[in-house]
This record gives sequence, C-alpha cells and structure tokens, in this order.
Amino acid sequence: MKIHEYQAKEILRRFGVPTPRGEVTADAAEAARICEELGGRCVVKAQIHAGGRGKGGGVKLAGSPEEASEVAGQILGMQLVTPQTGEEGQLVRKVLIEEALEIASELYLGITLDRELGKPVVMASASGGMAIEEVAAENPDAIVRQPYDPHLGIQGFEARSVARRLGLTGRTARQAARFVSLLVKAHQHTDATLSEINPLLVTGDGDVLALDAKMNFDSSALFRHSDIVEMRDLDEEEPLEVEASRHGLNYIKLDGTIGCMVNGAGLAMATMDIIKLYGGEPANFLDVGGSASQEAVQSAFRILVSDPSVDAVLINIFGGIARTDRIAAGVVAALEDLGGVSIPVVVRLEGTNVERGREILQEAAHDFSVATTMAEAAEKVVAASGGAD
Amino acid sequence: MAIWVDNDTRLVVQGITGKEGEFHALSCREYGTQVVAGVTPGKGGQEVDGIPVYDSVAEARAETGCNASMVFVPPPFAADAVMEAAAAGVELIVAITEGIPVNDMLRAKAFLRDHPARVIGPNCPGIISPGQAKIGIMPGHIHQQGRVGVISRSGTLTYEAVWQLTNLHLGQSTCVGIGGDPINGTNFIDVLEAFAGDDQTEAVVLIGEIGGSAEEDAAAWIQQNFDRPVIGFIAGRTAPPGRRMGHAGAIVSGGKGTAKEKMEALAAAGISVAESPAEIGAKVAEALG
Repeated sequence: MKIHEYQAKEILRRFGVPTPRGEVTADAAEAARICEELGGRCVVKAQIHAGGRGKGGGVKLAGSPEEASEVAGQILGMQLVTPQTGEEGQLVRKVLIEEALEIASELYLGITLDRELGKPVVMASASGGMAIEEVAAENPDAIVRQPYDPHLGIQGFEARSVARRLGLTGRTARQAARFVSLLVKAHQHTDATLSEINPLLVTGDGDVLALDAKMNFDSSALFRHSDIVEMRDLDEEEPLEVEASRHGLNYIKLDGTIGCMVNGAGLAMATMDIIKLYGGEPANFLDVGGSASQEAVQSAFRILVSDPSVDAVLINIFGGIARTDRIAAGVVAALEDLGGVSIPVVVRLEGTNVERGREILQEAAHDFSVATTMAEAAEKVVAASGGAD
Repeated sequence: MAIWVDNDTRLVVQGITGKEGEFHALSCREYGTQVVAGVTPGKGGQEVDGIPVYDSVAEARAETGCNASMVFVPPPFAADAVMEAAAAGVELIVAITEGIPVNDMLRAKAFLRDHPARVIGPNCPGIISPGQAKIGIMPGHIHQQGRVGVISRSGTLTYEAVWQLTNLHLGQSTCVGIGGDPINGTNFIDVLEAFAGDDQTEAVVLIGEIGGSAEEDAAAWIQQNFDRPVIGFIAGRTAPPGRRMGHAGAIVSGGKGTAKEKMEALAAAGISVAESPAEIGAKVAEALG
C-alpha cells in the first residue's frame, strides 16, 4: 500500500526521524498562512503518489507568503504529468508547504527487502535526487549496501558504517548514523516494504533531514496497522481497481483491448503473455481466485466490460477442485444476470468435467466462442478483437 | 521413488477444523495420504471425520508419530503455526496460507535455523507424488505417476503444465509448488537438488514468474550441477513494472526481476525455454525423445 509524502513524514516524525517543518493543505489561501508561520520562505509540493513530481512542475520554491499562495493555486487542481503518471497525469488535490532549507548536499537513503538474502537492506548513495536504479545502472559501486537482522534491528556500528562509506565525517556522520537507525526503527515497526528518503538533506550546519519521503507497506500486515489503513487515498488509485478490490478480486488495468478473466495469478499472467504472443494486447490482469465462484465471475465480468477500451473478452479457467461444469454454469448465469454483453467472449475451460462444462457453454443463450487449448483461445480472441496489430 | 512425500508420509493438518482445512484434509486422505491427526488450539479431543484433533502439534506428534504438516491457519497466526510444527520435530511443513506478513515469515525462517525442518510455501498449492500421496490443494486426478519433476511458483499454471504432461502420458514424479511470496521456505535449487537424487525424475519443468532472482540462481546452479533436461517457462512478460501481479512476490522493481532477464538466464544455461505456456508439455516430450 502506498501513501503520500506528507503522511510518510508524519509517520517518520513519530519515530523521531528529522523532517523539515511543514503542513499540508488543499487551500491556496491557507498556503500563505503556513508560509508565514514557516518564516516567509517555503517550498510548495504537490501531493500525488507518483514520483518525479519536480520534473512535471509539481514542486516550487516561494519567496513570500503571497507567492506561496499563488504557486499553490497553480499546482492545486492541475493534472500533474510525471515520468510515472502516464500521459494524462494525476489530479493534484493537496499540497505540502514546507520550510525552505539551505542545502549543503543531497544523499540517497532507502530500505527494502533483499529477497535472496532474506534480510532488509539499507541502501545509500552520495547521489541524492537521482533514482537508485539509475545509480545502480551507471555506477553500481557507488551504492552502499548494509543488510541488517530484522529481529535485532540495525546495530550502531552498522549505521556508522553506512555514514562512513558515504564519505561523511564529524557531526554530519553522527547525525546520519542516527538518522539511519531511526529510519530502520520506523521501517520495522510499520511493516514497511520500502522506505525511501530521496533526497536526504545535509544542511550547512551538518544537520540531516528527510527532504522527501516515500513509504510502501506490506498489504498482508495491514491488519495490525489501522492507523496506516486510514491513510489510504482512493483518489490516487485506478477506480476499476478499487471496485475490484471491494469484491476481493485482483485486477490491474493495462492499455490493451482484450479483457481477460483467469483463475490464479500465474495462469493470469501466462494468459496475458499468450495474447501478446498472438499479436493482441491485454487490457488487464484479473485473477478471480482459484475456485472461480459464480459471484467472483459475475463481479469480474462487470468490471471487465466497464472498461471502454475492451472490445473482446477471454475467459481462461483451469478447473481443478472447482469443477469446470460448475464454473461454466456460473459464467452463463453471470452473463444472463448482466443481460448479456455486446462484445465477443471466448471461453477456454480445461480440467475436471470439462466435456460437460463445454456443453453448458454451447447450450447457453449467449453465443460464446469455445476453445480447448490456450493457444486456440488466444488466436480466437485476437481475431475477434480486430486481429493482430 | 519421488521426493519428500510418499506412502510413508504421516500428515497432521493444522487448522483442520476450519472449512478449507477440513475439505482439503479429507481430499488428501481420499487421494491416499495417511492423514493421522489435526490440530486446532482449544479443540483437542474432537474428531474430523474420524481424524483425531489435538490442541498442539507436540501432542499430535507424540500420539500419532506425524512427520509432515499442512498449514491452513489464517495469515495472522500462520507463521506461529509453522514454528510450532518445527519445534515439535515435524520434518516437512507445507504452508498453504496466502497473505502471511513478510516480517512474520522472516521470523519463522530465523526460528528454523535452530529447529531444522523443510518448509514448502507459503502461498502455494503444496506437493504431490502422483500415485502415492499429496499434501496440498491441487486436484489429484489431473496427475499421473511418471517421469517428470515439476517445480513452480504458481498454482493453476502448474495444473496447466501437469495436465499437458498427463495427456502426453509422460506423467510426473513429484510436483512442488514453492509459492508466490517474496520469502519462502524452499527454493528452486532445493527442489532441483532433491530431483538430482531421484531416479524416477528424468526431466524437470521449472515454472517461474517475474520478481526476485530465484530463476537466475536456479539457471546458474543447473548449468553447473544438473545434467537431465530442464524445460523452463516464465510468466509475466507483459506485466507492467512496479505492479504486484496477484502474488506478493510477482513484481518487477527497479527494472529487476523481468521475465525477459529470466528467460535469457535460463536459455544461457542451456535450458529449453517455452515461449508459450501451451507448449510446455510438447517441449518436454521433445527433450525426452
């Protein structure tokens, strides 16, 4: 789960992680008041989940409260386009007004899971502001990596080693080591999967602060973090994905034209891949769950066909414990309940009781195109969608 | 011969009194697995269709000599259940539960260093040695005793491959679902090592997906250590970066863990890579002649 920068900073402050002073608002006039309180100079930052906000004009410096209000007015309500939003951009509903600090240098600091090591790892680099992926590609030796034991936390010498390897000395090194320890504490206590401070600011006095902050959380651990669940901002999520999650479905919207409904995540990915292999473009990832119940199929269908770019649908179900004749009956009932659909539907069933399952589809009022193998299904749905591009 | 699960397996089902736990305990028994006990704290003394239920795994083990466990405990308590089974001396623990927090699994793995046990999963369909026994939720009847070992991070996609092998009369020695989570108990290489010592396994199907580098590691290991044919498939070539594709572990992050990289690593190690999921079985048939 993702949250906004201002929310991440709120969490970090609870753990004593130094952050600039600031306040969030949805009101341009308020921005002037906040800027005044911060001493008359401030930074106005668009609050959307996507990164790269500065590149799209979503982060601006204001030299006076009046200017803060003016800049906030420009940013609030804009469709902010960044390298991560796609062409249409994301509507800005809130801005964070923060004190403008003097910058001596900018560093990168992040914590993520090293899957192969089975441990969290602190990653740091002296190239603040640059994406860590870019640093990794251009100069992998410039990245400092420090794994730590998740149950014991990071040890003092490990945190000091990060600071030392970044080339920091004196007071700045001590402040940075303390920052690393506190960030690890916040990361561990919140079941975060990513805590990224980019840039980490070093001031002329040697103070170290989180100039930006990004935190993602383990969705499986949210049951023990009701405060974080409350930070979820549905405005930042794709409406169809929100709707799908309400029905317990795993749905991800993509750019293609062929809607697909599959039971199981691996098979769902493989189905998208085979559509592409036959020259089509999948419109989504959708896992209706291993058992593909009638209710799940029905909600899934409604979501699929409400995407206007979908011009054909492929249903690919491998019936194991859930028998395919029952699944077929569920698909037919779901479509009848929706009053039919106007676009071609290709169904591929395989597994237990498949003969009976296919009969049920063929006898149904809706004109399904029935396929036996995945390859045949992909070929048929690509043809129905207007052929390979 | 098959690996890890056979006619001598004595299974305890943790969470047997839940709906899913009961259903799959009985379907494992129906397949031929010796299901000797169930565990649900607070429900000791009850029975589930003749299977005695105990309050703890330690009691179940003392009374029945169970040597394998299938975990159907809900996510917040599942890691605890895995550790309980390991502490009781159960040798093989198959965790079916989906949605265990990453930090809980890391804790369980740390615990396992002092209490050695093989953990398969979590978030997996389980393990089956066709014709002998199964521990898991896979449909038994699509399998057929035979020559091919199967290792996969997925559920229904594995069934797809298994069904192709069955229809080609190649059959399977053992199929192991290692699970779709970022932290799991058993990886590709662990299973490959076991297959290397199994005469029944003449070829291996390796089904991977985006996220992490377990497939790349397996490819390097195979090149050095494994001389039987391996057929690979990687799901998620069309997956957008930064999005979790259903499985918690299926995510391309920071440009790493792409299907393309994995397919290239497999091919470079001399593994035959199926472009289409529909041709996995045919590739195996080709390799086995």
